[in-house]
Amino acid sequence: MQDAKGPDQLFQRALAEGEILLPKCDDCGAYHFFPRVLCPHCHGTAISWKQATGKGRVYTTTVVRRSHDRGGDYNVCMVELQEGVRMMSRVEGIAPGEVAIDMAVTAFVGEAEDAPAVLFKPSEV
Amino acid sequence: MTTELRGKSAIVGTGHAGFGEAHGLTAYDVMAQSALAALGDAGLKLSDVDGLFCTMMEDSMPALMAAEYLGIQPRFIDGTMSGGSSFVNYLTSATMALDAGLCDVALIVYGSNQRTASGRLVTASRPPAYEAPYNPRYPISAYAMAAARHMHEYGTTREQLADVAVAARAWAQHNPEAFERGPLTREDVLGARMVGDPLTVRDCCLVTDGGGAIVMVRADRARDFPKAPVYVLGSAAESSHRQISQMKDFTVTAARDSGARAFAAAGVTPADIQAVELYDAFTINTILFLEDLGFCAKGEGGAFVEGGRIAPGGVLPVNTNGGGLSCVHPGMYGIFTVIEAARQIRGDAPGIQLEDIDLALAHGNGGVLSSQVTAILGSQNTL
Repeated sequence: MQDAKGPDQLFQRALAEGEILLPKCDDCGAYHFFPRVLCPHCHGTAISWKQATGKGRVYTTTVVRRSHDRGGDYNVCMVELQEGVRMMSRVEGIAPGEVAIDMAVTAFVGEAEDAPAVLFKPSEV
Repeated sequence: MTTELRGKSAIVGTGHAGFGEAHGLTAYDVMAQSALAALGDAGLKLSDVDGLFCTMMEDSMPALMAAEYLGIQPRFIDGTMSGGSSFVNYLTSATMALDAGLCDVALIVYGSNQRTASGRLVTASRPPAYEAPYNPRYPISAYAMAAARHMHEYGTTREQLADVAVAARAWAQHNPEAFERGPLTREDVLGARMVGDPLTVRDCCLVTDGGGAIVMVRADRARDFPKAPVYVLGSAAESSHRQISQMKDFTVTAARDSGARAFAAAGVTPADIQAVELYDAFTINTILFLEDLGFCAKGEGGAFVEGGRIAPGGVLPVNTNGGGLSCVHPGMYGIFTVIEAARQIRGDAPGIQLEDIDLALAHGNGGVLSSQVTAILGSQNTL
């Protein structure tokens, strides 16, 4: 990962170092997610990486029902970050059914499927 | 504005096979049986087919696999994979290929044995890299989140979602081909096992085996076949995303665009449509598509379907075979929207046959509300 070059590799390397970086287009100024070699809004190819504010809101949410033996129910949701991008994630620290649309959440780097991943927790009021 | 392709092609045969459980058969066996059934319906033979339009769940070269299995050497193939909408999309490419003389007999075909093979959705599709770590259940979590957002923005209720399933079952109860024909109430749907909030297992389509096929020819020879021809008056597609996280507004699908263009191509409006066949993978789909296709305003879909308004005897006949919720859902349902629309127009629907149907709509959905394809079909009277 030391010589990471592609957008996905750069995002994952930052995540492994505990940082959430978001791609931002130098031409139109808009953020996008997932990382890619061009801006999906204006199709420019000059992309910079910016530290995410981590501030977001739940756009929509569901509880994936799973038997207790297999680990129980869990949350899957869509979070809209202040930067204007949306990502799939889950909110931790509260029951999966307590995650609500419009809830203010804060990102942190946790683990999903044994790999570093962007997760969220309810924001401190 | 109508297009040059309006009425240039016609469906002259439909067929299906393996509905429910096709024990001991492979997906390609069911595909081939469906092809034979449709060709028999049209009075044609496999050797007449020179255009093949096919995709399957388990392969990346399904059109080649299907042609090889069928023992044909088509001069035109289309295996575009946009999920369950693919088969509605093939109406466009088949019409274009027929009109251009690139083929003379187009066979659109699909088959699946997912119920008896695995009991769950079979797919060669890879999980999206930026979603997979969160373990969404594919595809239900995506539709559950669309339903949750629709409920949040428009006050749509779980009861209204349930009424979609109840209406589908009411149609299915009259259809001997339907897989689920037992009674189903709103309370049954609400009280069923929750699988992805707010959707219970009864808000979800069936997991069945089954295949379907459609035979198409140019309009100039469409009246030379045993069954009344069903003309493709307009068909249009719009693709908005692949992964659910990339869908801009979870309450508005690209059916708004595909529908508007299909209606314009056919030169008709939603008020003219007598039978509506929608890809109802989940109860929220029916509500979204009724709104986006213009049968009601955005946000009013819940009220539109409430209390039997799309059930037999209601204000608009929707999914008259019982849909993917109660009739058949072998991984991809799209082809069955076209088959049921065509049969309603021909007058040989397997369940409730509506009276004097000249115009019907078939709408396919693919991926996770990703690909939307709308087709308007009409009888000889609509040319």
